[in-house]
Amino acid sequence: MADVTLRKVVKRYDEVEAVRGIDLDIADHEFVVLVGPSGCGKSTTLRMIAGLEDISDGDIMIGGDVVNDVPPKDRDIAMVFQNYALYPHMTVAENMSFGLRLKRYPKAEIKSRIDEAARMLDIVELVDRKPKQLSGGQRQRVAMGRAIVRNPKVFLFDEPLSNLDAKLRVQMRIEIKKVHQKVRTTTVYVTHDQVEAMTLADRVVVMNHGRIEQIGTPNELYHKPATKFVASFIGSPAMNFIPCRLEDIAGKLHVRLTDRLAFPLPLARAVRYQNIPRTEKLLLGLRPEHVTEAKPHPQPGVETFDTVLDVTEPMGMETLIYFTMEGSQVCGRVNPNADAHDGAPLRLAVDLNNMHLLNEVTGVVL
Amino acid sequence: MATVTIDKAAPTRKVKYGSMSRDRTWALRWSYFFLVIFAIFSLTPPIYMLITSLKSSAEISAATNPWWVFHPTLENYVGLLTSNQFLRFFWNSAIVSIFVVTITMLISVPAAFALARMRFWGSAVLATGVFLTYLIPETLLFIPLFKMFAVIGDWTGIQLINKWYVLLILYPTLTVPFCTWIMIGYFASIPKELDEAAIIDGASWIQTLTRIFIPVAFPGIIAATIFAFTVSWAQFLYPLVFTTSTDQLVMPVGIITTLIKGDVFNWGQIMTGALLGAAPPLIIYAFLMDYYIAGLTAGATKG
Repeated sequence: MADVTLRKVVKRYDEVEAVRGIDLDIADHEFVVLVGPSGCGKSTTLRMIAGLEDISDGDIMIGGDVVNDVPPKDRDIAMVFQNYALYPHMTVAENMSFGLRLKRYPKAEIKSRIDEAARMLDIVELVDRKPKQLSGGQRQRVAMGRAIVRNPKVFLFDEPLSNLDAKLRVQMRIEIKKVHQKVRTTTVYVTHDQVEAMTLADRVVVMNHGRIEQIGTPNELYHKPATKFVASFIGSPAMNFIPCRLEDIAGKLHVRLTDRLAFPLPLARAVRYQNIPRTEKLLLGLRPEHVTEAKPHPQPGVETFDTVLDVTEPMGMETLIYFTMEGSQVCGRVNPNADAHDGAPLRLAVDLNNMHLLNEVTGVVL
Repeated sequence: MATVTIDKAAPTRKVKYGSMSRDRTWALRWSYFFLVIFAIFSLTPPIYMLITSLKSSAEISAATNPWWVFHPTLENYVGLLTSNQFLRFFWNSAIVSIFVVTITMLISVPAAFALARMRFWGSAVLATGVFLTYLIPETLLFIPLFKMFAVIGDWTGIQLINKWYVLLILYPTLTVPFCTWIMIGYFASIPKELDEAAIIDGASWIQTLTRIFIPVAFPGIIAATIFAFTVSWAQFLYPLVFTTSTDQLVMPVGIITTLIKGDVFNWGQIMTGALLGAAPPLIIYAFLMDYYIAGLTAGATKG
C-alpha cells in the first residue's frame, strides 16, 4: 500500500488540454473520489495514474517513487473498468488469477487468494462460471475480485457502477465500502455521480474543465463549498441561487432579494460579510433543506416570507416545493404534513444561519 | 406499439389488421423462392459433375440423356486413386496449402494485432495499404513475378521456378493481405478495456495477443484460415505459370495438363478429379463451422 502524489500533472491531446495542472496528495489507505461532469478530465487523470495514458507534463508518484515512465504492470496497481473488461474465454477463477499466473505465483498461493477474495465478495459458487453466465452485478464483483487478489498498492476504479441499475448501484456501493474497510488499500475512484462520491469518499476531489475546483471531505464540500460549481454539483436537489445584494437598513446588514423582500443577516454572517461593497452583484446560495415551511415559534436567523408555489413533488418523507423568486426557480423541502399544494400560497422560512453568499461574476463563495 | 387512429372525416381506407404475420408469410415465401433458385443455380454443376464422373467414356460420348447414369461405374475413381500422378498432385496441393495457411496465420495474426492495437506512426496508412495490396489482381503480377524469380535465379543460382515450394512464396501474397484485413476487423471489435486490463494485470504485448486476443478472436481466426486454405487449394494461375514438371504440379493444374491431351478431353476423370479436389475444403468447412460461432465475446463487457 502506498500514497499517491500528483504534481502539476498536465495532459494535452494535440491542442486540447484535458488536464490542466493538477496537484493532489492521496494518503496511504485513503479512499479518494474524483468527481465531475463528463469531459472534466477525471477519467484521464485516473488513466494517467494507471499508466494507460502518458502524462504531458508534471510528475506522478506512487509510494514516493516517480512513475512517469514506469509501465502499468510495474506500477503495482489494479483497475476496475466501467464495462468490467472480463476476459470472456476464462472462468471467474481464471479471470481473477490471470495477473498472478503471469507473475508465476505458486498455485497454492493463487488458490488461497482467490478463495479469500471470492468469500469477501460472495462469489464463491461462481468461480467456475464464464463471464457471460453472470449478471451485471456479479460481473462487477468479479472485476473487483480480479483487483483484490493482486493485493496492489493502489486500487483504481473507473466509474465501476455506471452500468448497473439504480438499485444494484446502491448495493454495490456499500459492497465497495465494505471491501475498502477490510483491505484498506489506497483507492482512487472516478464517478460522475455526486451521491457515490459523497457516500464512498474519505475525501472528494471535484473537477471541472481539467482543473480541481475543491478538495475536501464530503461534509466540507457540502457545507463549505468554495465555488458555485461545487455548491451546485454537490447535493441533490441542487443548491438554490437567488440574485441579491447587501444593504444596510436601520444599522443592520440585510440581504435584499427583491424590492419588497430583504432579510436581516444573523450576527455571525453580518460580521463575515461586512466588508463586501453594497453595490456588488451577489448570489444567495440556499440548500433546499434550509427553505422550509414556517414554524410557529421564530428562531434566530430564520426569516419567514409568503410565496405562491408553482409545483410540489411529494417524496413520502418530505415534499419538494418549487416557486419563483426574481425570475429564478427555488426549491425547498417541507414536511409532508405542511399544507403545500400546486399553485397554493404557503408561508416559508429560510435558515440564514446556513446561507452562502457568492460573487455572481466569479462564482467564488464569499 | 403503433396505434392506429382512424379519422372519420377522411375518405375511408381499409385498415389491414394482423398484417404483420401476413407480411411475414409473404416475406418467407419470397425468400424460399429465391433460395431455391439460388440452390438450383449453384448445385447443378456439381451434380452434373457427379453424374458424369460415374459414367464410362463411352457413355459420356453416347447420345443419351446426359442427366442420367445408365451404366454406373467407379472406373474413373479407381483410375485416379490408383494413379501415382494424381496422388502426387493431391499430395503437392495438400503440402502447399498447409504450409501456406501456417505461414499466412503466423504473419497476418501478429500483423493485424500490431495494426489494430499498437498505435504507431503510420499504422492507419499501413492498414489501408495492406488492403489495397489485395486489390491488385494476380493476372497483373504473374509476369513481373516470373521475371523477378528468373533474375534471382540468375544472380544467386537458387532455382525457384518449376519447384512446388515457389508457391509457398507466391500464395501468401494473396492470402496475407486479406487475412490481415479480416483479423484487423476482428481485433478492432474487441473492447479496448480488455487489453488495458491485461496490460494492468502485467501482460506483455505478446501475452496479450496469445492469451487474450487469439482466444477471443478465435472465430475470426477460423474464418481467415478457411479463406487462406480455399485460396491456396484452388489457386490456378500461379501454379500454371510457375510449375511445369508433372511431379511439381498441384491438383487444379495437374488435372488440366495431364487429363487433357491435345484436343482429347478425358471428361470422366476430369470430373472425378475436380470432385475429389473439392472434397477437402468441404470437409474443412464442415469441421470448422462448428467452431465458427459468433458471440464468443459475450460477457466480456456490458453488451
